Amino acid sequence: MSLLELKDVHTYYGAVHALRGVSLKVEEGEIVTLIGSNGAGKTTTLRTISGLERARSGSITLNGKSIEHTAPHEIVRLGVGHSPEGRRVFTRMSVRENLEMGAFLRKPGAEVQADFKKVFDLFPRLKEREFQAAGTMSGGEQQMLAIGRALMGQPKVLLLDEPSMGLAPILVEQIFDIIKEINSRGTAVLLVEQNAMMALGIANRGYILQIGEVTLEDDCKKLANNPKVKEAYLGV
Amino acid sequence: MSALIARFAPWRARSNAYFAQHRSLGVLVAVVAIGVLLPLLSRIPPFGDLQSMNAWVNAFTIAGIYALLAVGLNVVIGFAGLLDLGYAAFFALGGYTYAIVASPFFDIHLPFWPMLIVGALIGAMFGIFLGAPTLRLRGDYLAIVTLGFGEIVPIVLLNSDPFTGGTNGLGGVDKPVIPGILEFTLINPWPFYVLMMAMIALIMIVVFRLQDSRIGRAWDAVREDELAAESSGVNTVISKLQAFAVGAAIAGFVGVFNAAKLTIVAPDQFKFVVSISAVAAVVLGGMGNPVGVAAGAFVIYLVQSIFLKQLNTLVDNFNIPVLKEVDFLEFQYVLYGIVLVLMMLRRPQGIFPAKRRMRLFKDSEGAGK
Repeated sequence: MSLLELKDVHTYYGAVHALRGVSLKVEEGEIVTLIGSNGAGKTTTLRTISGLERARSGSITLNGKSIEHTAPHEIVRLGVGHSPEGRRVFTRMSVRENLEMGAFLRKPGAEVQADFKKVFDLFPRLKEREFQAAGTMSGGEQQMLAIGRALMGQPKVLLLDEPSMGLAPILVEQIFDIIKEINSRGTAVLLVEQNAMMALGIANRGYILQIGEVTLEDDCKKLANNPKVKEAYLGV
Repeated sequence: MSALIARFAPWRARSNAYFAQHRSLGVLVAVVAIGVLLPLLSRIPPFGDLQSMNAWVNAFTIAGIYALLAVGLNVVIGFAGLLDLGYAAFFALGGYTYAIVASPFFDIHLPFWPMLIVGALIGAMFGIFLGAPTLRLRGDYLAIVTLGFGEIVPIVLLNSDPFTGGTNGLGGVDKPVIPGILEFTLINPWPFYVLMMAMIALIMIVVFRLQDSRIGRAWDAVREDELAAESSGVNTVISKLQAFAVGAAIAGFVGVFNAAKLTIVAPDQFKFVVSISAVAAVVLGGMGNPVGVAAGAFVIYLVQSIFLKQLNTLVDNFNIPVLKEVDFLEFQYVLYGIVLVLMMLRRPQGIFPAKRRMRLFKDSEGAGK
C-alpha cells in the first residue's frame, strides 16, 4: 500500500478539463517530483490532493484511506502538508504566528514546542526573524516559512508547489538541500517544479505531466538521461 | 513634567502588565471609569451649555448602541475580513423579536432580560442564514449580497402588517423591569445608561476572549489569506459562519435594547444609513480594534446628533432666510461620506489601528531604511 496514491484522477475548472486521468504514487520515505510546463496541471494535481479542488472522478488514497471527498482541513489532519504555489504566507502575521497557524489542528504543548525547535533548526533564518511580520521578508525567507508552516502540521507527505519560483540560484540550492534534509528525517515529499534539472537531482522518481496527463514515469536518473526529457525540460 | 511621568512609569508598566493578564477585569475597570466620567464631563462648560445632564446621559446611551453595533460589525469586517453592508438587518430582527413578544400588539408581555438572549440567538440564526449562501463570495460580491439583505429585511417587515404593524411599526414596547426593585422609565435616563454600560462591558469581554481564542486565530488566518488558512487546517466554512453569527448576535442583542429604549420599532429605523454609519465607525475607529471602533461610533454619533443639531439652532439665530431652510441633521450622510473617503485616503488603518496592522507598518518602514 502506497502512502499516497492517485488513480485516474479527473479535475475540471468549470468546462476546462485540467487533469485528464492522472495516476501517481508516493511511497513512504520517497521524494517524488512532478515535472511539466506551464498549464500542464502540476498545481491542480496538488490542489486536488489537498482537497482545494474536487476530483470529478478517480480515487485518491492516503495510507489506503480514500480522501477524495474529505474536507481540506481534515486532509491536513490526516497528514498532508501543502506549501502552496506563490508561498502564501500570512503577511501581516509574524513568523512565529505563521508557524503557529501551521500547528492549528494540534494541541499546544511540548510536542508542538519541539517542532518549533525542529523548524528553527532547519531554517535558522526564521529564528532570527521570529517576531518580524512575514510580509516584510525576502522571497526566499517567505518560502522557508511556507515550508516550515506546512511542517508544523506534522505531515506524512509534504506537497511542495514550485519552491524555487522567483528565487536566486544560490537560495534555490539551499532550499533543495533543506528538502533533502526534511525527507531524510522521514517525511515523504511530492515536489512540483519547473526547474526540472534541480528536481530530478534530488528526487527518487519523477512523473512528466503534459496537458493534464502523465506521459512518462521513471526513475529520476533515467528520466534525466531520456533524450526527450532532455530536449523538452532540461534545455540540453 | 517629564520627571513626573518618569516617576509613574514603573507603576504604569506594572498595571499594563497586570491588565494584559487580566483583560476582562481591565475592560470592567475601564467601562466603569468611562461610565462615571462621561456624565461628569457633560457638566463642563462647552458641553454643559449645550444641553442638560439628563439629555447628555440619554445621548450617551444611544451612542452606546452605535458603539456596540460597531463592535459587532467589527467582528465580521475587522476580524474575519468579510465586508457586510447590511448589518442593520440583524439589529432590526433583534428589535422586532422583542417588540412582537413585549408590546400591546399581540398583547404578549414577555420579560426583557431573557429576550436579550433570544434576540441574540435570532440574530445569530439569521447571520448563519445569510452567511451560508454567501460563503464563496468575497469583497465586492459579498458586499452586494449583504447590501441586498439589508434592504430586504426592512421591506419584508414593512409589508408583513399582521405581524409587524407595517409602516407604523410596533409601539408601546415594554420597558425593562427589575421586579420589585426598579422600573425603567422614559423620564429617567440613568437606568438605561447603567444597563448600556453593563452591556458594553459584557460584549467587550466576549469579543476580546473570542479574539484570543482559536476561533479568533482562525479569523485572522481567513482574513489574511483564505487559501493558506485552508491548507493550514482551518475549516474556513465554519470560521466564516462563526463570524457572521457572532456579529449578528451582537446586533440582535443590541436591537432588543434599542426597542425597549425607544419603546417603538418601525422599518424606518433600520435603513441603509444605519448599516453605513456602522461601517463608517469601523473604518474611522480602526478595523480589527474593538475599542477603536467603539470610540469611532461614539464620536460619529455625538457629532451628528449633538453638534449638527446645535448647528441648526445656531444658524436659526442668525435669521438668514436661506440657511433657515437647511436642516444640518441631513448632513450626516455627507459626514459618513467624508469620513469614509478621508480615512481611506489618509489613514486606512483607522485612528486606533489594530495592533497587528500597526506592527506591519512599523516593520515595513524599518525595512525601507
